Amino acid sequence: MYRYDQYDQQIVDARVEEFRDQVKRRIAGHMTEDQFKPLRLKNGLYLQLHAYMLRIAIPYGTLNPAQVRMLAHVARTYDRGYAHFTTRQNMQFHWIKLEQVPDILADFAKVQLHAIQTSGESIRNISADQYAGAAADEIADPRPWAELLRQVTTFHPEFSYLPRKFKFAFTAAPGDRAAIRWHDVGLRLVRNDAGEDGFEVYAGGGMGRTPFIAELIRAFCPADRLFSYCQAILRVWNRHARRDNIHKQRMKILVHDLGVEEFTRQVEEEFAHIATLGNDPPRAEFDRIAAYFAPPPFETGLSDEIDRSDPDFALWVDRQTAAHKAPGYAIANISLKAIGGIGGDITADQMDVVADLAERYSFGETRVTHAQNVVLPHVRKADLYAVWQALVAAGLADVNLDLVTDIIACPGLDYCSLANARSIPVAQKIARRFADLERQQDLGELKIKISGCINACGHHHAGHIGILGVDRKGTENYQLLLGGSGAEDTTLAKITGPGFDEDGVVDAVEKAIETYRGLRTDGERFLDTYRRVGMEPFKEAIYG
Amino acid sequence: MADALRFRTDTPADEPAVSLDSFLDQDDSASVRIEAGDDVRRLLPVLDRVRLVEVDFPRFRDGRGYSSARILRESGYTGEIKATGDVLVDELLFMRRCGFDSFAPDAPLDPDTVERLLTIYPHVYQHAADDAVPVWKLRHG
Repeated sequence: MYRYDQYDQQIVDARVEEFRDQVKRRIAGHMTEDQFKPLRLKNGLYLQLHAYMLRIAIPYGTLNPAQVRMLAHVARTYDRGYAHFTTRQNMQFHWIKLEQVPDILADFAKVQLHAIQTSGESIRNISADQYAGAAADEIADPRPWAELLRQVTTFHPEFSYLPRKFKFAFTAAPGDRAAIRWHDVGLRLVRNDAGEDGFEVYAGGGMGRTPFIAELIRAFCPADRLFSYCQAILRVWNRHARRDNIHKQRMKILVHDLGVEEFTRQVEEEFAHIATLGNDPPRAEFDRIAAYFAPPPFETGLSDEIDRSDPDFALWVDRQTAAHKAPGYAIANISLKAIGGIGGDITADQMDVVADLAERYSFGETRVTHAQNVVLPHVRKADLYAVWQALVAAGLADVNLDLVTDIIACPGLDYCSLANARSIPVAQKIARRFADLERQQDLGELKIKISGCINACGHHHAGHIGILGVDRKGTENYQLLLGGSGAEDTTLAKITGPGFDEDGVVDAVEKAIETYRGLRTDGERFLDTYRRVGMEPFKEAIYG
Repeated sequence: MADALRFRTDTPADEPAVSLDSFLDQDDSASVRIEAGDDVRRLLPVLDRVRLVEVDFPRFRDGRGYSSARILRESGYTGEIKATGDVLVDELLFMRRCGFDSFAPDAPLDPDTVERLLTIYPHVYQHAADDAVPVWKLRHG
């Protein structure tokens, strides 16, 4: 994976000092909270209900063991011994003191981590397929391009006071594990007939109160022109977005208001100009970065056989591992969705276990997924049993990848000052209701996503079953949605009807799922059945 | 308005800046004021008679002026670009990089802080309107 050179390190170190300076001026009263807020947000620091929350960027979801151990160290030293992986592959610490933040950032800088542009109206941390570099279905590892784009969009002087946040996501596979069409710009690495790399560019996606699925605006952007093309998109948006209403300033609204054709025309016109300015790093810079992402030295001649004599291990293998491009290797998924736990939360001790396992069994690589789980991307199949035993001992061996209890939920009203309703208790109640593994396996892939307000951090628009917490006359109320998807078959979920209280929505979820069980044909997922039969049978079961 | 902070050695234009529409209507003016919502590209055909462009920031979070300055510099404009309005010290580095070379903010800026923040980053990651060399160029010569 990528390692900083002296330039990267000096820039991150300078940001720590700049932020230390900003905190000092704020505490001394030299700037108002209104003036400080965008500055701290651009460095991932939110003021939440009980304390400051600090969000650390995990570029394209990739971590090395030293970084994982530093996350554990910060959780122990400055927080309450745990932290939280987010739906954009970042990590959040929820109990932070403002005056300690500069020292925390200095600690992170030692292991090449930072909080730059993890919040605020900026180009956010760039996310990617968590299986990048390991997936059997990808054409190439997209992360070198993500790293190149990370660098050139860091402290971009023209695009540091954008209308709103801006999110890039990368994939290089036909199967979309990065939800690219739910991003402001989604980039899929493709290869043309001449064997040249380029990108399909999707623009204008996003969730929030006005969800839109990104549309294809260019079928092939030459890879060497990626930065220029992205700058053209950003400039059109920065100049022409509305600035009068915070709810209408995301790029998706501009794309929708102009229409995708007119938006594309303006981008192409701007691109024709920007492409002449010599802003694109040369191929040698890509090659330099790509060398860091060279495949690890996989052993050859390994067997694909796995000893399945331990039935609990066999269950875990079947559910939690995925196909690897190298024979004899597997991708191992570590669930952070223990029944009754808080999805995405991980203790400092568990982080240390993950770091040790990555070091010993996965060429030192760990990945974070947008579904808030963790991945060891390169495990020899012969080592899976040892990995599983260590995970069992650490309480990390849950079997539920993509099943009904693998729920995405935002922090909700338990932490967040924006929330209207709690998300975590709803997720916990649903997980307990469906805790039986046989029942989960029988239901197959079923993605439940829960947001505690319309900002949609819990991705409810993309849930096979989505739940949205709202405030109804001072009480928490939950709307139920069906039919969303964040995968390559991206769709927007639809609201079933009137909302429910907390227990009511858990019952409604169960009714929807039982309706599916009654209607499904062989091999049909919940989403497939919903798409085939439509909303009516579900509505009838839920409200009838 | 506080004293202007200026990074140029030529004599400042002494006439008041007029609105973009007025500027395009009358050909004896050399100073123009670009509001956040103005399309700065309308100025490009007459750039040769511009000496000063004032770009206004109605709120410091309104970043349209950064693109306006970049477009002017990309079009070869070498005259003064002045940032006016709600301009804060922590924005100055980005503004300098986008091509602003004078500042007349609503509230005065502390000169020591200006100096410190303009020099805090030893390197940059991308080309802009200043002469900073992006690190990819330093890496590959």
